[in-house]
Amino acid sequence: MFHPEHESVDVETAPALTKRKGRWLLYWRRMNRQIPSMIGTFIFLFFFLMALIGPLVSPYDYRAQNIKERLQPPSLRHLCGTDQYGRDIFSRIIVGSRNIFFLGGSGTLIAVLIGATLGLLSGYYGGFSDEILTRLFDVLLSIPPMLLALVLLVTIGPSKLGLIMVVALLYLPIEARVMRSMVLSLKTREFVEAAKIRGEKNLYIWFKEILPNTMGPMLVEVSMRFSYSVFLVASLGFLGLGVQPPSPDWGLQINEARGWFSIAPWMLIFPAIAISLLIIATNLMTDGLRQTFYSTGGIE
Amino acid sequence: MDIHGETLKPVLEVKNLNISYETEEGVFRAVQDVSFSIFPRESYGLVGESGSGKTTIAFSIVRYLPPNGRVCGGSVLFDGRDIYSMSRSELRDLWGGKIGMVYQNPQAAFNPSITVGKQLAEVAQFHLGVSLKEAMSRAVEMLRLVAMPDPESVAKRYPYQLSGGMQQRALIAMAMITQPELLIMDEPTTALDVTTQAVILDLISDLKKRFNTAILYITHNLAVVANICDRIGVLYAGNLMEQGRVEQIIKNPAHPYTYKLLQCVPKFKLSGEKSYLSNIPGSIPKLFEIPEGCVFVPRCPLADKRCWENRPGHVKVENWHYTSCFNWQKVEELRREEVKQGEKLILKKSETTDREEILLKTQNLKKYYSISRYGLNLFGKKRSVKSLDGITLWVNRGFTLGIVGESGSGKTTLARVIVGLTEPTDGRVLLNGKELGPTTGERSKEQLKKIQMVFQNPETSLNPYHKIGNVLARSLFLASQGSVKGRKTKKRIRNDVVRMLRAVKLPPEYIDKLPGELSGGEKQRVAIARAFATNPDLVLLDEPLSSLDVSVQGSLINLLIDLQVQNRTSYMFISHDLAVVQSISDWVAVMYLGEMVEWGNSRDVLKPPYHPYTEALISAVPVIDGHGLKKIIRLKGSIPSALEIPSGCRFHTRCPRKIGSICESEEPPWQKGDGDHWIKCHIPIEKLAYIENQKE
Repeated sequence: MFHPEHESVDVETAPALTKRKGRWLLYWRRMNRQIPSMIGTFIFLFFFLMALIGPLVSPYDYRAQNIKERLQPPSLRHLCGTDQYGRDIFSRIIVGSRNIFFLGGSGTLIAVLIGATLGLLSGYYGGFSDEILTRLFDVLLSIPPMLLALVLLVTIGPSKLGLIMVVALLYLPIEARVMRSMVLSLKTREFVEAAKIRGEKNLYIWFKEILPNTMGPMLVEVSMRFSYSVFLVASLGFLGLGVQPPSPDWGLQINEARGWFSIAPWMLIFPAIAISLLIIATNLMTDGLRQTFYSTGGIE
Repeated sequence: MDIHGETLKPVLEVKNLNISYETEEGVFRAVQDVSFSIFPRESYGLVGESGSGKTTIAFSIVRYLPPNGRVCGGSVLFDGRDIYSMSRSELRDLWGGKIGMVYQNPQAAFNPSITVGKQLAEVAQFHLGVSLKEAMSRAVEMLRLVAMPDPESVAKRYPYQLSGGMQQRALIAMAMITQPELLIMDEPTTALDVTTQAVILDLISDLKKRFNTAILYITHNLAVVANICDRIGVLYAGNLMEQGRVEQIIKNPAHPYTYKLLQCVPKFKLSGEKSYLSNIPGSIPKLFEIPEGCVFVPRCPLADKRCWENRPGHVKVENWHYTSCFNWQKVEELRREEVKQGEKLILKKSETTDREEILLKTQNLKKYYSISRYGLNLFGKKRSVKSLDGITLWVNRGFTLGIVGESGSGKTTLARVIVGLTEPTDGRVLLNGKELGPTTGERSKEQLKKIQMVFQNPETSLNPYHKIGNVLARSLFLASQGSVKGRKTKKRIRNDVVRMLRAVKLPPEYIDKLPGELSGGEKQRVAIARAFATNPDLVLLDEPLSSLDVSVQGSLINLLIDLQVQNRTSYMFISHDLAVVQSISDWVAVMYLGEMVEWGNSRDVLKPPYHPYTEALISAVPVIDGHGLKKIIRLKGSIPSALEIPSGCRFHTRCPRKIGSICESEEPPWQKGDGDHWIKCHIPIEKLAYIENQKE
């Protein structure tokens, strides 16, 4: 058949025939194709859900002691066994995820908010203050993180707020660096220069021109940083500098279980598995996010 | 029988090659039924615009396709043997041994941590089985053959210590060291300056004569292939449209695409006439929109019913010359029509320029970059890079000043200083007689509105997260000072946006598109619309066409000319392409190492007498039909570092017309030629004119 409609249309001015797709739909499709990352994401979301509603769904109260059933091995009644007071370990793990998410998560978020702001400002303005800030962060990063955390927590005494602050302080320089390096490359892009030429205010340039372009990589960074903070919070809990008993905490549980390892290894193994599982799941998710946001090449 | 009239077997035979890529959005066919062969001692040029599949073909010949690419039909025969049935070890023998490859980016092709000589020797050792000592001496010998200055010392240097042109030369030496039967060159001169490109092209045609190597030359530049190839294949959207001997294709194109493409190549005329350029309306089909019939049909002036339904096969025009077009006999008609219209294309240029109002003036503009980071240098003397060293020029209202020069001459820095993105070290910028602040932050809104800029790279010109409509609306909103708010203004701005899209010949539907959905040329149109949104007096155009295909370049130039006529806007047009500059400029300034060496009315600058540098630039432009200048002038080496500027005349280190020690010691004076024309040279202007006339 002859196609008269083609004759009349100037191709360059005709709308493109490709179907328009939402950016986020495309990201979701890409994520969906990566099976390990999807598994990771689901495990992460499971723990996150538990952190939200854990106490409501746990089979037992995490504080309920039952001397008759102390040191029970895993069974259908107690999926992960019981501890020396007869408390249900599975329930304690489920409820304990709230601590991990609250401490690690808010620490990471504070680090991101402050770090990204500092990174944006120092990267955008450059000059002397940028130089000072960058060096300051270098100093902070040169101290072994665990050592710094120990010194700080011992000085201010273990508390939830203190723990959050330590996590935030440790990761703040890293977030600032990541943001700064992205801003350094973005601020020389022509669309930012065009904004300057037409007389945009700095606030507009930051929020409308630069920040949207950093969102993908920042999401990847936050997710990765969270897995580190889980590790850090658990380690500090193990050393007794985190949450204090009787609150359930995975690190603390492992510490308490040490003495009972030869009689009741499940006391130690299951919290340890929970920690590994959450970290591995978060890392798999990060990997998926990276594939999703970086596969278009560079900062997009 | 081959092209030299002897009976020889082809070195390379590509038969009905089909290649497809698997992508996120589905499978698309990048190459469809492409067949050609290359004989010994022959150079075959594969020409095509971006997306035509030319690089894919090159990679498929050496079985180097990316993991998602697949040959799904046809065969590639090298010396009569199918490359796709060879074993791994046979292929190793082929790669770098019997087939040499030269890539577009020499920097990525060399290992940065091994000396050039060693990398060449390694190839010789592996493929020729010679000792290291022998290999090293062959490496030096090969470097000498590619006319490398001081080959012994170059062999001991690391790749980063060589300039781009020298790296490309070394890469050619590396590909040639095993005396391969086939040399594949993928855009070997695209990343180089015109002057360096000219030297490399000379080298390739020289090597062609000396060795028996067959060459497959891949490029987007028709003028380049016309100068160095024996036969040409024209690719479009993965299909071979036409192939034949160079003279057949150039003089007698038998495919409308080839014909139009030839028209699009900017013709360099020494008259310096401002003119519209030809272009092919439309753009190359998007990956999944390849038409059922002929792939060129949506843009073809000769298309009829047959073309939409069936894909034409290969038709023999004469010996060696094949086309895939149903209506090839009608191509001649296109030419006749074009001649009739030709007269209209030349624009009348205003004769009086002195009396015009001066819009922008720069006075002794300087930009030095200090080398030490904090401005302190405790040891040794203070060094600085002099990007701009005293530029004084002016732009008249409604006229175009073209700025030409090699990369590193300071063209872009000049534009950035004028627009306020880079703070000048010294000097003043005056707009309408009023001095402007040194940076955008120190200029008033009113002043900012008056000067806008269009950047070189359309890909990064637009924020990928902003819809086209919002980009333009924002500029309009700022231009209206945001004085009125409310729904009424919103509607008015939307109408204005549509009007602007129409002005740059984009459909109103583009309002809701993101930049990622647009082609390079369309993005550049949006960038132009954005620049015009504030109703500026001056638009700085920094190489706005250099990343676009030839067939699109013309339409953008024409758009710019129209917008200028409508709005009486002034342009400062920066480009390395003299032919393009000539078609749009009223005035031309030639820059070298942060300084102007010649400037004036474009008619006068592009005609003799020339500054020796301008002469070399003009001579380096590859042209399709005969050369503008009879004598070929090639510059030695590349532009010196702006850290160590030569004393006296800055150009004396490379000048082919250096007259003596005066060039090294004294800064040359400005000499006035006929009309509005100034040349900065020691050679008297009468003599410069005489040199040029003698050649004719």
